[in-house]
Parts: sequence; structure tokens; C-alpha cells
Amino acid sequence: MLNVQPRIESAKLMAWLSPFIAICLTMLASSLMFILLDVSPLRAFEVFVIMPLSDSYNIGELMVKAAPLMLCATGLAICFRANVWNIGAEGQLLIGAVVSSYFAIQAGENAGVGMMILILTSGVIAGAFWAAIPTALDRFFKTNIILSTIMLNYIGLYTLLWAVHGPLADPQGFGFPESAMFADAILLPLIQEDGRASISIVIAIIVALITGLALFKTLPGFIVRVYGEDKAAARYAGFSSNKVVWGVMLFAGALAGFAGAAEVTGPIGQLIPSVSPGYGYAAIIVAYLGRLNPFGIIISALFMGCLYMGSDLAQIELGLPTAITGLFQGILLFFMLACDFLINYKISFSSKKIPEKPVLASSADSELVSSSESNK
Amino acid sequence: MANFPLLKLWNVSKIFPGVIANDNVNMSLNKGEILALLGENGAGKSTLVKMIYGVNQPDTGAIFWNNREVDIHSPNQARAMGIGMVFQHFSVFETLTVQENIELGLDKEFVQQLDDLRQEIIDISKKYDLHVDPDRYVHSLSIGERQRVEILRCLIQNVKLLILDEPTSVLTPHEVSGLFRVLKKLASEGGSVLFISHKLKEVTELCDRAVILRGGVVTGECIPAQETPESIARIMVGSEAILSENYPKTLTEDSIFTAQQLTLAPTNPFGCGLTDVSLTLRKGEILGVAGVAGNGQEDLLEALSGEDTRADKASITFAGQQIGNLNAGARRALGMAYVPADRLGQGAVPEMSLTDNTLLTNTASIIERGFIMGNKLKALAKKIIIDNNVKCHNQNSQAKSLSGGNLQKFIIGREVQQSPTVLICAHPTWGVDIGAASAIHRQLIALRDQGAAILIISEDIDELFVVCDRLTALYEGRLSPIVETQHTNIEEIGKWIAGGFIEHKEPNHA
Repeated sequence: MLNVQPRIESAKLMAWLSPFIAICLTMLASSLMFILLDVSPLRAFEVFVIMPLSDSYNIGELMVKAAPLMLCATGLAICFRANVWNIGAEGQLLIGAVVSSYFAIQAGENAGVGMMILILTSGVIAGAFWAAIPTALDRFFKTNIILSTIMLNYIGLYTLLWAVHGPLADPQGFGFPESAMFADAILLPLIQEDGRASISIVIAIIVALITGLALFKTLPGFIVRVYGEDKAAARYAGFSSNKVVWGVMLFAGALAGFAGAAEVTGPIGQLIPSVSPGYGYAAIIVAYLGRLNPFGIIISALFMGCLYMGSDLAQIELGLPTAITGLFQGILLFFMLACDFLINYKISFSSKKIPEKPVLASSADSELVSSSESNK
Repeated sequence: MANFPLLKLWNVSKIFPGVIANDNVNMSLNKGEILALLGENGAGKSTLVKMIYGVNQPDTGAIFWNNREVDIHSPNQARAMGIGMVFQHFSVFETLTVQENIELGLDKEFVQQLDDLRQEIIDISKKYDLHVDPDRYVHSLSIGERQRVEILRCLIQNVKLLILDEPTSVLTPHEVSGLFRVLKKLASEGGSVLFISHKLKEVTELCDRAVILRGGVVTGECIPAQETPESIARIMVGSEAILSENYPKTLTEDSIFTAQQLTLAPTNPFGCGLTDVSLTLRKGEILGVAGVAGNGQEDLLEALSGEDTRADKASITFAGQQIGNLNAGARRALGMAYVPADRLGQGAVPEMSLTDNTLLTNTASIIERGFIMGNKLKALAKKIIIDNNVKCHNQNSQAKSLSGGNLQKFIIGREVQQSPTVLICAHPTWGVDIGAASAIHRQLIALRDQGAAILIISEDIDELFVVCDRLTALYEGRLSPIVETQHTNIEEIGKWIAGGFIEHKEPNHA
């Protein structure tokens, strides 16, 4: 018989094992999918997992994808830790990209490092501003942050589309919805010879490390964790809920905004409608896969980057549609949440304890009765 | 033999992960008997009756009903057998009338059998003196009246056994005596009552027989009429009870903390808020606030601790400083500490370790330049655990894995070791066994003797008389006059708890 029992203590081991179980289950489930698509699952996994790591160009591309995921997921993890459900990293990233592009197209070839910093800073501020809108709505009017951040993702997307069709469009672009190519002087320095990976992956890893340290070793991190676990305890301890909610939202917005700015001034080099293939949404999965722990997110972002790369390669090598990536992500999150059940519950297959059956015929009854009578 | 017990439990055990709630419990209940199930909080009383009412099923052992072994799978089945239960938290809909509420709780077939439910309610109400009007809306009823609606809902189904889970904890003394009349009448007509309580006096007054549980095991049985509360307590504890321990009372003059004309709207729609509450807390004394739950204790606690900062800045002062607008953290920084009513979920974060929960209220001493001093914190957590004899695996255990009593010892230890100038303490020994309770009392007295001012809010009058130097009572958000413990008695405070101070404000102590 299958028994489900709550654990007295949450299983720490299971918390870290759960993503790996989820990945295995995802592989099993997607094998079915590949078989239905007439692709050998082994070949598919070779393309999805091995090929992205096979040469330095592919590894570079993997890091290009991992950097924005890592930045967004780190910010989101802090929000989720605080029980603030910011789903708006996508919008914050896009607005960061738009605003930094506004400054980037004005920079000439002889612009200096100062201009580059200004462009990145404008992206950071724009992302934080985009996160400030739902935060203010929540604090002053008690609107639902999940809904308002999702809606602002759409507003952010259409702001981007408006910008590339209108004010930021390249005057010599024959009406194509893209900005002019940015000057080389303001593009982020690359970290490899023959690829597109820029220092944004280095910055993302440093940010994740510092955030991890802050989360577990400093007072603000502790306050965020307490507030997320138990609002009544946070109030009892005297931690201000306004500071926490504003803090985590602006932090996440700033990181997503930076990710957007680093995309347009990094691997893309101009503003285009498809700045993000859904990094802000995938970052939610990355955050969970990394256990809402910035150190774990470094690994999970690289893994998710690998999946993105894999789906690009699958398109070329196997002729599979890009929708595969979305499917993968969905299945993975599904199994992830299912496996997390095991952190707080344990499943045992042992049969229920058979009690020793009380043998109590009517003759024995009178005996019991008389004993209870004598008690009286 | 015709004279078999109505209900018999045979070696009933129930095991929850990590705790044996009931261990081979044997007991029987006769027709027409009022049986008390007595025990401290956490002794396993609720688990036991939930098995009788079909909410839980025993892991081992058997239940006999009318001399026949039964498996009670659900409360529905229990009701069909003639077992009714009134829980501590009532399951009534506030927006419906009494009659609608009663009808909802009954089987459809049963309602069809009745000619006239309304008349039936009136008849039973009259018969048992319940004063329940079928047409009134439940939200307009007092807690005591709602309880009577629940009882009536059981009576209308001709229950043979009525189970009441700590029914008096929410009632005023006057309502309690009304309830007892109803139960005695029911028993005189052959109905059985299982009365769960940890209040010894009520049991002596009402029950024919008492079964005493401790740590999930039946530790004794007695006829309360032949015992005194002290002698029953001895069976409950298993050793000499320390109930009547005496601490010297002190009287001081230096006021350190005041609340003046504190009036606050309730924070939830069914609370009662605070009306014109003024009190002065002096250095080196313990002031006790008696009262039945739901009379504004939560509002008072939140206002004094700083969890609720709606009060006027000037209405609360600490050492001459106006602190009404400061939050709990700022007040703690000034030297206040606070033991909250809700230990898991407020006083401690369930999912976090005891180490992290130590940090919760010790941020001032453990944080240096924003960083958590890990070793210092670990040492402090260990010290609190050892000094207060907290039973846990180690300082990394999650707060939720501790029993209620152990967690309370941890929280009180954590607050007391900060050597606060003012300690606001809610229900210090609720659910703690008597040994640990007296340890907590000694700690509070020691803190007082160091010169701290302590305010204790408790429902346990006996406890307040043991530890407090001055006493007052809270009734519907109003505070009675404050008197010295030596100049009052349980009867007077008992009257005040029921609002007796409102008509004649002058305390008539001699």
C-alpha cells in the first residue's frame, strides 16, 4: 500500500535531489515525445545535451543564453524567497533593452567607457522603474503583483515593438523594425575570440555569488527569508514589509533591466523585436531549478542555456520546431514542482501496520464490563 | 448482562509521525454518565475524541459501542450512531439564521422525518433551557449562544453521547454554570457526556468520573467529587504538583511603561478592539491581565508590542519616551521583549532552524556591519537550548519539529536572556507541562527581581495569582481597575472577567 506521510523535518537532501529527479523524469517523458516525432531519443539527447558543449563556439553561445537567465533568475529567486510573486522579469528586461538602446544609438564611434556605463545604468534604472510600477500598485492599492507584472510584460513588449517601428528605428533601415547597429565602442567586451559571449556572463556569476552571500550571511537576506516564510513572525520581529517588498522588486527589476541592456549592447548589438526569446519566463524555471538559491541558479542557468542551445541545434540538425524548448521547459517545471512534494512528504510502500486483533466475543464482554464496574 | 458501558476503548493507540498521541488507552463510558477527559494541552485528549467521532481512525486497538466492536470511519457515521461533538471552534455560518445552520448540519432524510424543525428547535431549547431563538442570525449571537446552537444541533438528533472539546475555554463564568445545568439535565435523562478539559475546578463541579491522560497514556481515574483540584493535579503530574507554589509579592513605584486611553478599532471584523485602556507598568513588578479569549487580548498585545502601530504616538510611553508609532523592532531596540500568543508562525518561523529563530529577535547583538556572526549565533542558540532544557535534536532542528511546550520554553528563554527592561508575555505556560511551567514562572520571577517590568496576559487565573504582583482583567476591550494581588481574590477577578467592573467601577476590596 502506498502511504504518504508528512515529514517532521523537511528533507534537505531531497531539496537538492529533486531537480535531478525532475530532469530524469523530463528526459523520460520527452523520449516519448521524440519517438512520436520519429526522432531517436538518443540522437535527440545528443543534440540537446552533448552538442551544445562540444565546441568553443557552442559553449560561447550557451553562455550568451545563460547570462540573462542567470541575472533574471537571481532577482526572481529573491522575490520568490520573500513570497513576492514577480512574474515580470520579461517586461523589465525588455524595457531595460529599449531605454538603453535609446542612449546607445546616440553614441558615436569615439564614445568612451563612461558612455557604456551610462547606457548600462539607464537599462538598470529602467528595469527597476518597470518593477516599481506593480510594487507601488501593490503597496498603495493592494493589487495582485502576479497579475500586474504579467500585464506589464505585455505593455513592455508592445513598447519595444513601438520603439523599433518608430522612434528608435534605423532611418536607413528600409522600414525594417530594428534600430541602427550600435557603435563598437559601446559594445560589451567579449570574453572569447571567435564567439559572442561577453563579460555579462562574468557579471552575472559575480552578482549571483554576492546575492547568495547576502541572502544567507547578512541581515537583509535574513529579513527577506523570514518575511517570505512567515509574515507574522516578520511583523513580530519588527521587520518592515514595505522595505522588503520594495527592496526585492527593485533588485529584481534592476537585474532584469541590466540583462536587457547587456543583450542589446552585447550579442545582438542593436535593438530588435526579438531581444528575448522568453528569458524572463524561463528564468522562473531556472530560479526553481536552482532551489531559489543564487549558487544553484548559476548551474541551473547554464543548464537552461544548454537547452536553449539544444533547441537551436535541433532545429538545424533534426528539423524539430522551436516550440520544443517551451515544451521542455513546461515539462521540467511540472516535474520539478511534483518532486518538491517529496521535500515535505515521504512516500513509503510498506503496508499499514496490522494491529493485533482484539478477540472479544460476547463471553469476554461480561468480563470486561465487570472489570470496569469494579473500577467504579 | 444488560449493564454494559455505552462506549469502550480497548488498547487504542494513535501514532503521528514523531509522536505517539495515544498509547494503549483503555476507558469506558456508561449511560447517563458525565465523564471528564482530563489532561494538559498536548496530552492527547483531542486525538482520542477525534477517533471516537470518526475524524481519525486508531492505528491499533478497538472501539466498542453498545458492546459491539465498531469502525468509525467518518463523523457522519458517528452522528448516525448517536455521537455528537461540539468542537472548540464552532462550525456555524455567521450569515445564516440559527434554524438554517441547524438544518445544514442534519441529514436530508432526518429533516424530512421532522414535522416542523422550527418547533422542534423551540421545544428542545425550552426543555434544556438553552434560550436559542431559531430566527436569529448567528453573527448576532454571543460565543456562548453559538455554543448552545451547536449543542442544540446535537440534541435534535437524539445523541446518546455528546462530546465537548474544552467547551468552557471561551465562556464567562456565568455562561459556564448555564452550560453545566444543560449537561446535567442531559445526563439525568440517560445521555452520556464526554467533557474534555484541563480546568480542574470545573471537572470537580460537573463530572461523575474523570479519566486522566498524560503524554498519551491514561495515568489515572478518579471520582472528582471525592477529590480536590490539588489531588487531581497530582494524578495529572504524577508527582507532587507545584500549583500552589508561592512567590513573594513585590510592590514598586517607578513606572517604566504606560499606556494611556488606548482606543483602537478591532483589526478583524469579529474582534472587539480596545476601549480606553490605560495601564502603568512599574519596574520590578509583574502585572497580570486576566480574561477569557476574544476579549481584546490580541489587540492589546499587538498595540503594546508594536506589531500594531496605529496607536497615537503619545498613548504609549517607555521610560518617558513616546513610542506609540514605533514598530516591534524599534521597541525591542529600546529594551522591550515580547512573547507572542502564537508560538509557531509568529514567535518562531516553522520552517527555520532554532539557530535562525534565535536570530529573529537577537539581530541587535548578532549582526555586525550587516553580517550575521555565525559562531556567536550558534553559541547563543545552544545556550538558550541548554539553559531552558529545550528538548530537540540540536540547534539546527526546525522550529516546527518541536512540541508546543518545548518551543514555548525556547521562545521564553530567547526573550528572557535579552534581559529586557519590559517584557510583554502572552500565555506563558499555555500547553506546557506543570514542571516546565514552574520553571518558566521562576524565570519570570527572576527577571522581575532583576528589576524588569513584566506584563502577563493569561486565561489561567490560578497562574496569574501565583506569579503576579498586581492584577487586572480585560473584558470586551475594556480594562478593569488594577489591584494588588494580595488585596483581591479569585472570585472578584472572576467577576471582572465577566465584565463585573463596568457597572460598579469601584473595586470593593477590603
